Amino acid sequence: MKLSRTQFGLSAVIAALGLSAFPAHAGKTLDAIKARGQVVCGVNTGLAGFSQADSSGNWSGLDVDVCKAVAAATLGDANKIKWVPLNAQQRFAALQSGEIDILSRNTTFSLTRDASLGLHVTGVTYYDGQGFMVTTKSKIRDAKQLKGQTVCVQSGTTTEKNLTDFSKANNLGIKPVVFEKVEAATGAYFSGRCVAYTTDASGLASVRNKEAKNPDEHVILPQLISKEPLGPMVRRGDDEWFAIAKWVIHGLLEAEEYGVTQANVDQMKSSTDPVVQRLLGTTEDTGKLLGLDKEWMARAIKAVGNYGEIFEKNVGPKSALKLPRGANNLWNKGGLMYAYPVR
Amino acid sequence: MAVASRTPPKKRDWSWRSQAFRGLLYQILAVAVIGGAVWFLAHNTVENMRVRGIKSGFDFLFQPAGFDIGEPLFGYDSNNPYWKAFLVGVGNTLRVAIIGIILTTILGTLIGVGRFSRNGLVRGLCYAYVEFFRNIPVLLQLLMWYLLFTELLPDISEAKQVGSVFLSKGGLTYPAPVWVSGHAWMFAGLIAALVAVWFYRRWAHRQFEATGKQPGTFWGSVAVILLLTVGGWFIGGSPTEMRVPVKGEFAVEGGASFTPEFLAVLFGLTLYTAAFVAEVVRSGIASVPRGQSEAAQAIGLSRGQEMQKVLLPQALRVIIPPMTNQYLNLTKNSSLAVAIGYPDVVSISNTALNQTGRAVECIAIIMLVYLTTSLSTSFFMNWYNAKSAIKER
Repeated sequence: MKLSRTQFGLSAVIAALGLSAFPAHAGKTLDAIKARGQVVCGVNTGLAGFSQADSSGNWSGLDVDVCKAVAAATLGDANKIKWVPLNAQQRFAALQSGEIDILSRNTTFSLTRDASLGLHVTGVTYYDGQGFMVTTKSKIRDAKQLKGQTVCVQSGTTTEKNLTDFSKANNLGIKPVVFEKVEAATGAYFSGRCVAYTTDASGLASVRNKEAKNPDEHVILPQLISKEPLGPMVRRGDDEWFAIAKWVIHGLLEAEEYGVTQANVDQMKSSTDPVVQRLLGTTEDTGKLLGLDKEWMARAIKAVGNYGEIFEKNVGPKSALKLPRGANNLWNKGGLMYAYPVR
Repeated sequence: MAVASRTPPKKRDWSWRSQAFRGLLYQILAVAVIGGAVWFLAHNTVENMRVRGIKSGFDFLFQPAGFDIGEPLFGYDSNNPYWKAFLVGVGNTLRVAIIGIILTTILGTLIGVGRFSRNGLVRGLCYAYVEFFRNIPVLLQLLMWYLLFTELLPDISEAKQVGSVFLSKGGLTYPAPVWVSGHAWMFAGLIAALVAVWFYRRWAHRQFEATGKQPGTFWGSVAVILLLTVGGWFIGGSPTEMRVPVKGEFAVEGGASFTPEFLAVLFGLTLYTAAFVAEVVRSGIASVPRGQSEAAQAIGLSRGQEMQKVLLPQALRVIIPPMTNQYLNLTKNSSLAVAIGYPDVVSISNTALNQTGRAVECIAIIMLVYLTTSLSTSFFMNWYNAKSAIKER
């Protein structure tokens, strides 16, 4: 019997519908990364000190180094990373859909984001707070002088809501001008459209030092109007990958606390301190529990240094951003950075 | 044999040989496939979101939005629910779309008519305008206007002042009346006047058809509108209180204002779309046979009368359908406003999306808004098209 054209077409449609079942749940992220030979890391499209690409496409910054540490721990090579620059609105969808493995993009942790996005925060890599930048000649030296003023802000961030809360609490009636791209928001501020520009204080320092024609013409107001714990995020539903990302961050902090640096990590392997021995995998095999090998943390530190080194290099007082260590110092030095024991 | 197979079947033939039956089957199949595809996509999305622990649903619309909007058309507060924030966004989109459509129609028609001018300079300028504006991407034009406004205008603290009107990087600030209930009477008077004028003109038209004499209606209409509006204002207690902007320590305070974002979007969209409208108008006029123009001149009509009474009415039938497309384009292009910080529905939706994480829902709302406005515009223009089509008598 010969199939008529109609019958053939019909069976093809039925076959197509029957065959395409729901996509199976993605296998373990770590297995996928190993098979691919690359960690796919979502970063900011351009934020000096946190994630920025140079003219030859090399990424650098604090958020970038966290990804490099994760790649070094999992794949043994800090350069086996595919960078995906994302803007504020794309970032969560990119992680939810599996386009990226880890989102290291100065992202604030909050209850709504934790409970409704299907994502996990792995740890805090930078304690930030929202501030304002104004021009020196505007004579505004206190955030409460912004009554009835226009403030430029990027959309799709917690920043808009903080600004509203601050304006409301102090009865200021601040008028936000909201831009989709951070470049448009800062551009409008520099052109004088807005009296102030608001974002996280680290971002203000980054914009002031890298984008302003003359940084001295701009002042960052001393008040911080919000708490912004920033850190990398991963998808829910893969606890093993979550644990790896989380412990790499704690490992970097632990390394700083116990004096393990990029330069001395090889010598420190012969250290007699049991904490250092565990961290660098010379006694206990902590990596095995995470599905990695025992050298995982040693490689991460060798690739990017400990947390203190990452901070100094990218945003610290000697970098272009000149941010004080402040709340981001270790807990035993008056800061908030506290590593859970790596053991 | 061949002849017999050509005779149509007498009764319904439920077999493969019946063209009607096959046609019906194909149609049912097509609908089923489309329906199945839509269901599959929707179900797949919902299922995947559930598996990944992503919350979904439109319940967030009733929670407080918690963010401020730069230029709300009506009273909006950050404590208001999300749906009201969306409404402000829709209002801003419609505001720029409606004003833009009106201005673009006027400007486009003038330029389109100008291409038939006997003055070579006017013709050349109109030609240059069309070629310049329609060949530069509209997003670029919006950015250009925004850059012009924010770079060239004086700082907010050094606003240029003409009377009580201030012009600066903060926008165009002007005095506006404080809204009181008395103004409602004024508007009631205006509406009553418009209705009266409509009847008056209809009467005048009948008079013209009956007697052949055209009673002048222009000054009568103006008088009726002025009289009833001012009368309404008096009945409402003649409110005169104004919000006059004053120069404060850091900025111009009070009054109403057009922000640079709004002006840039309006300018950009109007000038861009007017180039296309001009071409539509030109093609419409060019479609009227030359004999019509010659006939008009033969009976002694002036150039203006010829355009107004002979060419444009006939051109209108050709103009309206493509004009609808231009109106729709203008409305849809207004979504580019997000690039320069105008709080239209896309901008509000972006914010809502990020606060709540409900990406699918927010995108669906944007699509629904544009679909609704576009279809409404289409329906109105189709009605107008049917109204101005040639009536066979």
